[in-house]
Amino acid sequence: MELLDSNVDLKELQKLQGHADRVWGLAWNPAPHNCGGASAMLASCSGDKTLRIWQMGPTHRLDCSTILEDTHTRTVRSCAWSPCGKFLATASFDSTTAIWKYVGGDFECVATLEGHENEVKSVTWSSSGTFLATCSRDKTVWIWEVQPGDEYDCVAVLQGHSQDVKMVQWHPLVDVLVSVSYDNSIKVWAEDGDSDDWHCVQTLNEGSSGHASTVWSVAFNSSGDRMVTSSDDLTLKIWDTSSAISQTDTEGFASWRHLCTLSGYHGRTIFSAHWSSEGIIASGAGDDALCLFVEEKGNSIEEPSYRLLLKKEKAHDMDINSVRWNPKDQRILASASDDGTIKIWEVREIS
Amino acid sequence: MSYALQNLDIKDPEHPYSLEELKVVSEDSIEVDDKLSHVRVVFTPTVEHCSMATIIGLCIRVKLMRSLPSRFKVDILVAPGTHETEASINKQLNDKERVAAALENPNLLEIVEECLSPSFQTWT
Repeated sequence: MELLDSNVDLKELQKLQGHADRVWGLAWNPAPHNCGGASAMLASCSGDKTLRIWQMGPTHRLDCSTILEDTHTRTVRSCAWSPCGKFLATASFDSTTAIWKYVGGDFECVATLEGHENEVKSVTWSSSGTFLATCSRDKTVWIWEVQPGDEYDCVAVLQGHSQDVKMVQWHPLVDVLVSVSYDNSIKVWAEDGDSDDWHCVQTLNEGSSGHASTVWSVAFNSSGDRMVTSSDDLTLKIWDTSSAISQTDTEGFASWRHLCTLSGYHGRTIFSAHWSSEGIIASGAGDDALCLFVEEKGNSIEEPSYRLLLKKEKAHDMDINSVRWNPKDQRILASASDDGTIKIWEVREIS
Repeated sequence: MSYALQNLDIKDPEHPYSLEELKVVSEDSIEVDDKLSHVRVVFTPTVEHCSMATIIGLCIRVKLMRSLPSRFKVDILVAPGTHETEASINKQLNDKERVAAALENPNLLEIVEECLSPSFQTWT
């Protein structure tokens, strides 16, 4: 473990075992108190076709409280909680997205979103709670509108990527969607002011200082003025997305731009990156390592830069597929791996 | 290294001989770095326009997945200059999500299992 002029370490608090295959995705419930008063809830999805929910008990340890099985017929690739915390969406290689509702201590499948031609790779819920988005190897991004009575209407099928779309993520504050792809590009989608038509407002590819290979993940910081993407090109890129929040509809979309590239920290594909509410970026990769980065303060004139805070080699025995900060406890991080386990970590300052 | 690398014993889907007999894969084309837990295989598809190149690559990956300890990272590449869509095949073969999804396809899995079924195994 490397420490770079900051007295921080990453302590492994717990290892969650149970999945029978690789764990692909993780999601912390943003409002766990709405699910029977739990203090923390973590959803994990796997190649074993199930979704597991881990709940924090009185001992401050996470225990598996629910296994959602017999619904998806293939790998469950991604999961996401609604902002109210009462709904969970699961995206599967079986080409469907299931919506689960917390009802009296259990989760019931209340809807199945169909339409993608093949594997669904990712699902994301808008913070307004109005929309859901999914993406697939069929190269499209679908936007669904949440209706009363657990109904979901498809309002847009977005074409534009030339290959498999790996992940979609809504902006934390406004209804702007980002998708990343096997075609090496990042696309930004927004609704046209008057027509309610969704279209691509910007494409960030190699020409715009973008990635040189498959882009696997995208995450925003909590204020929505920064975005981080991770790629098979072994880099993480930080983008200035402040125009999403600073401008009005009448101005049209003002471009997002590249700020910084972090390279040389991972030796294999970086599958996931996530931003804590405190501003720490965590990344997990195929080299089994976990890295933490923070913004380098003090450069008021120059472009913001980021530095490595810590690298944890062999954080897992195999590839790390997902890293997620706990929204309720900004020092707690969860990581999921091909080794079938999930680890819970705490970032600690050491004097 | 007494792993199965030295005799991959995978049958070419279009020919009755093993890939090694057909010179699709040879000992020289396999690099192993035990300390870094890294394996690199470079293979030559039987025919330049062979649509089976992806399947051969997939078979090699599955065979290695089943034979090597899980700590190993495996890269599988088509020999440079031997295939017209080399970059595209390499990208697919080394995207583990694409590989995982492909192996969940029962038809594809059946072909892979057929290619891997041993007629004669030698272990050195």
